[in-house]
Amino acid sequence: MLDRHEFLEKRGLVLTVAILITVAIGGIVEIAPLFYLESTIEKVKGVRPYTPLELAGRNIYVREGCYVCHSQMVRPLRDEVERYGHYSLAAESMYDHPFQWGSKRSGPDLARVGGKYSDSWQRQHLIDPRSVVPESIMPPYKFLDEKPLDYSLVENWLKANRAVGVPYTDEMVENAGADLAAQVDPFSENYDAFMARYPGALVRDFDGDPRRITEMDAIIAYLQVLGTMVDFSTYEPEENYR
Amino acid sequence: MAEKEIDEHSGIQTTGHVWDGIKELNNPLPRWWLITWYITIAVSVVYMIFMPSWPGLTGYLKGTRNHSERENVAIALAALDEKRGLQMQQLLQVESVAAIENDPELLNYATTAGGSIFGDNCATCHGSGGQGFPGYPALVDDDWLWGGSLTAIQQTIRYGVRSDHDETRYNMMQAYGGVLSRDQISDLVEYVTALSGREANEAAVGRAKPVFAQQCASCHGADGKGDQAQGAPNLTDGIWLFGGDRVTLQETITNGRGGVMPAWTDRLTNEQIVALSIYVHTLGGGE
Repeated sequence: MLDRHEFLEKRGLVLTVAILITVAIGGIVEIAPLFYLESTIEKVKGVRPYTPLELAGRNIYVREGCYVCHSQMVRPLRDEVERYGHYSLAAESMYDHPFQWGSKRSGPDLARVGGKYSDSWQRQHLIDPRSVVPESIMPPYKFLDEKPLDYSLVENWLKANRAVGVPYTDEMVENAGADLAAQVDPFSENYDAFMARYPGALVRDFDGDPRRITEMDAIIAYLQVLGTMVDFSTYEPEENYR
Repeated sequence: MAEKEIDEHSGIQTTGHVWDGIKELNNPLPRWWLITWYITIAVSVVYMIFMPSWPGLTGYLKGTRNHSERENVAIALAALDEKRGLQMQQLLQVESVAAIENDPELLNYATTAGGSIFGDNCATCHGSGGQGFPGYPALVDDDWLWGGSLTAIQQTIRYGVRSDHDETRYNMMQAYGGVLSRDQISDLVEYVTALSGREANEAAVGRAKPVFAQQCASCHGADGKGDQAQGAPNLTDGIWLFGGDRVTLQETITNGRGGVMPAWTDRLTNEQIVALSIYVHTLGGGE
């Protein structure tokens, strides 16, 4: 038995077929679950597509590679639940393309960071992490505070997400630019329409400078919504044991 | 297969392949390695029987043990609750500082539990020892914005300050930039500097006195000693939330201030908040 590999190795066609079969098994194991996502994603209340501003913040998060050091996945382990809160649900990243689960924690997990710190703390921490956490090894992101947010392509961001399954309506796409601006201005005319489209969204000036919309506004808006959408009071954990 | 040939230099059998006169030796994988590999394959088959493994068309093979990580963590958390249960319940009964101080075991439990909660949630802003940062109050001194009694601390933790909770503590240090002139603000800076016992321009202090009485005294008090009911800081004690130098004072009066502390009532349990309040109370300045 230990010498049988010679049989495969000396016959090109047989080896090719054997490789095909092996790779196909691996492929099926990875691909098959995608066919029954309906049953993989928990039925929960509260999860909505990202607002245009949150989406812009998410793009910055991806652009800056935040996922390299921060995970967004509270695993179902006692110590993690104790520290970060309820374990992450599949439903919480169903509108993430691509998901930001990450695989390394040089910094803490961010899956439930929304609402944990104030906007001004997030801003100060991004500008100079060590001014509030002396032991931090995070690099500073001061430029986010200085750079106006370029959202000329915001409609395309929504369309791209819609193409891969995020239920953005035509109305959301058409109003994307106005909605983005509305989220940083509690007194805008568009407030009611915006809130109707994105229930529960936080509307305020996130970076402390109401005169302009910066990348800092976007990234803080995104951070402040992380892990806050699911209504856990109506969530039935037993039904979703897996 | 061609005839076996033994390489004369190494004594190892060749595979029979020859490239430009160079022969390939047949060095198989070490036997122990190969056997270990076969064993792992066998173990994986056993694993498939017991644990969740293969995907199917409508679900996945659950395995005979019906293993669920989510169920396991629920069980582990329930066990933890049971272990902590008694003392956590006792904590909820704590009515006064004296009651807990007379129970060293419970006090020890509360400060240990509270300290760990503090490290996870509060140290980020208030510092790992509660020393505070500009804009984030120090908790180790006896200077309290909203009160340093157990109940006051609990109230602050539970609902936050200027948070989005309906019960939040709320006040506003107005921006006086549009209300007072630059000169009036500069005078006020001198006045506040004098309040905390430092040398200041006496003429300016005199000019600012009526302005302070009119604009500032309703919150900070006529004597500038603050008002915990309104969360108005004491301006006379030399402890500054944002900084007491003239430049910072000028900025504070001109632009106003309004730090935010989130509400923790949805994030922490009632027991955790009580433990945390006892920990904060023991940090140095509890009333």
